Amino acid sequence: MTGRESAKSGQKPLLSLRNINMTFGGVRALKDVSFDVLPGEVHCLAGENGSGKSTLIKIITGVYRPQDGAVIEFDGQTYSHMSPVTAQNSGIQVIWQDLALFPEMTVAENIAFQTLLGRWPRFVNYNAMREKAVKALARLDVTLDVDRPLKDYAIAQRQIVAIARALVGEAKLVFMDEPTASLTQSETDHLLDIVRTLSASGVAVVFVSHRLAEVLEISSRLTVLRDGALVGAYSTEGMTQSRITELMTGKTFDQTVRARNVNANPVVLEVEALSRPGQFEDISFTVRRGETLGITGLLGAGRTELALSLFGMLKPRSGTVKLEGKPVHFSSNRDAIAAGIAYLSEDRLSLGLIQPQSIADNLVISSLDKIIAGGLLSDSRKRDLVAQWIADLGVKIGLQTDAISTLSGGNQQRIAIAKWLATDPKLLILDAPTVGVDVGARAGIFDIVAKLAETGLAIILISDEVPEVYFNADRVLHMAKGRIVDQFLPAACSLAEIEAAVYA
Amino acid sequence: MTAILNRIKVALGPDMAGPGFALIAVLVIFSLASPQFFSWATFGSVAFQLPELGLLTLAMLLPVLTGGLNLAITFTANLAGLTVAWVLQQNGGADAGPFAFFLGSVLGVGVGALSGVVMGLVIAYTRAHPILVSLSMMIFLRGLGEFLTRGGDVSGFPAFLQPLGHGSILGFPVPLLVFIGCVLIWHLLLTRMKLGFNTYMIGSNIEAARYSGVNTRKVLVLVYTLSGAMCAIAGIIMLARFNSVRVGHGESYLLITVLACFLGGVNPFGGFGRVIPVAVALVVLQLLSSGLNILGANQHLATAVWGILLITVMVLRFAAGHFKSLKRKKG
Repeated sequence: MTGRESAKSGQKPLLSLRNINMTFGGVRALKDVSFDVLPGEVHCLAGENGSGKSTLIKIITGVYRPQDGAVIEFDGQTYSHMSPVTAQNSGIQVIWQDLALFPEMTVAENIAFQTLLGRWPRFVNYNAMREKAVKALARLDVTLDVDRPLKDYAIAQRQIVAIARALVGEAKLVFMDEPTASLTQSETDHLLDIVRTLSASGVAVVFVSHRLAEVLEISSRLTVLRDGALVGAYSTEGMTQSRITELMTGKTFDQTVRARNVNANPVVLEVEALSRPGQFEDISFTVRRGETLGITGLLGAGRTELALSLFGMLKPRSGTVKLEGKPVHFSSNRDAIAAGIAYLSEDRLSLGLIQPQSIADNLVISSLDKIIAGGLLSDSRKRDLVAQWIADLGVKIGLQTDAISTLSGGNQQRIAIAKWLATDPKLLILDAPTVGVDVGARAGIFDIVAKLAETGLAIILISDEVPEVYFNADRVLHMAKGRIVDQFLPAACSLAEIEAAVYA
Repeated sequence: MTAILNRIKVALGPDMAGPGFALIAVLVIFSLASPQFFSWATFGSVAFQLPELGLLTLAMLLPVLTGGLNLAITFTANLAGLTVAWVLQQNGGADAGPFAFFLGSVLGVGVGALSGVVMGLVIAYTRAHPILVSLSMMIFLRGLGEFLTRGGDVSGFPAFLQPLGHGSILGFPVPLLVFIGCVLIWHLLLTRMKLGFNTYMIGSNIEAARYSGVNTRKVLVLVYTLSGAMCAIAGIIMLARFNSVRVGHGESYLLITVLACFLGGVNPFGGFGRVIPVAVALVVLQLLSSGLNILGANQHLATAVWGILLITVMVLRFAAGHFKSLKRKKG
């Protein structure tokens, strides 16, 4: 099964894993997994959260030690397990999703510090470091000021810095964990070019990505894991997105356009000529009761800034916002929440939820008044409220008092949605609600969104993944460079039409 | 054994295990070491000494829960004490009446709260680090206090203040009753009030709390204000206990209050910690010092033993966490 493709190509694999087993606290994270990567190929490792992708990467990079019987062959050497040092010295590099960079240090230090570790004399040679950094960035065809602290740069550039760091480490095999999750389309294209260049120069790249379109575009082979077991290794030739989803989840999904006609419903939100120079200009639109309005566009199109302005966290320079016909001016998001506007942040990890705190506390934080009895917070009311929402939205949890960070991305997002629904909103703004949520769990989130729309809630759905808004919104606005440039009705146009406009 | 421990954990909360265990250990060790340990004299001395450190620790606890610190607690306490002393002196010194004391106390609590308001505003609006802000406030208050008192003591208070520092009601020392009252208020605040809830949330992630609609600035200002007011109560109790006010009173308590919080299971980075375990931790520290005193050890040595105890607790906590994760891996 796994040997099929490599046998076909007749090439000896650069990396070959056999009999990989791993158990955490009684849970088998990996069951007898095999995995091959050919020299210089771009290989995609696909699977839902919890399918064992990260565990597998951590075994290859020496973070975890697999159970006895494992065979790891890399570049002609055979190991029973790796250590982080052997992995790095033999040319295996990982770019983790959180990038593992130092924001306070300069770009050069971030890129080149590893090369200086453990060398004698133990002095830091800044000139050598700068030189290495500049060279690595040049290889990626990127210009950054290597002397500036990394925190001056946006996530997209930090990603590039992380890649440059891997290059400096003389990599033969680079793992990229969700490398494009926070990049715009042009940045993604640029990154994919970089990956092709790397691959052409003989560096093998293993891509872990939720974005199936780019998986198909960039990789030549694909290994799918499900529930810690190998589903199979496939050539991406002739593979489709829906086929990959089926392999990952073991279920079939048929996506249909959900758009309805809600023009008879009363207008909930009316935005007129709203501007915040430098971020968005002259924005006008309406959202009706029960309507799901999609807003799509590239990262940096001003979508999040627009949402934050509606939510009272940024001040627009000019223009008006009317809620149910009455003009509103918010001096903070507390005013917006009181008026019936809720905003689900795109950044669930650091802004959307308070990760170390409990599931229950995260759910009630925005509606504490509801659990007050006799002037004091009531534990029993809190428990009841939380239990009700968990049942309503079908969230799978252990205890209400468990930290929210123990939940999967999909279940965390459901709690975040419940948090806002508990404030009785008239308008719910969902900013990239499926970031870091599995393909399988995404459908569940959109089922909830559809049900909410049925109950009359007005919803603004912001996403840079065009299919999401196409299938789930009643109307789609295309935002580019801070302006609304076009409107589409999914019921009357094709996905390709919108994609062509957005990614043009 | 583990079953019993687990039941205790469920009943009292997991953060109670450390302080509870330390309490039992201290009681057992000292009763074995000295037959006089289990006596009213020991518990009397603990009961009278605990409240000063205890009230200051309560003042430290709230800012720590937000992920901050209030380094100005002892000087805030003594400046509040000075305010009371000033009002008493203006009204006849030793002959001043209860009303003058009442007025002085209200003003004193006001002064304490004011110091907190200023720190809270600066921290909330400039996002400056609480250590720097409260350190500046501490230096300001110390300088101001030393200027006002010329570095000396202020004394000569009316006799009716005596019971506040040394008296008992139904066998309970008055300062202890004040402390217990304040512990209960803090407990109620943190477990049953919106301010307490938001204090924990801010401590874990202030930006996420703000996005959730928490008025983070208001919460920070209120937290430091309450911290300052609690300092003032500590200052008034110290005034009554020592029958004098000096700017440097209780200065050595400052860092002990931080450590008492951590001994009580408070997360040093904020977001987690409860009042009751901290109160138990305070009892442990005080028993330790009184016990060593009975054994005839030097008072300074007692302080050294506090340090060792705290280090031991940190190491044990690490070991316990390590053991747990090992068990999970093997599971």
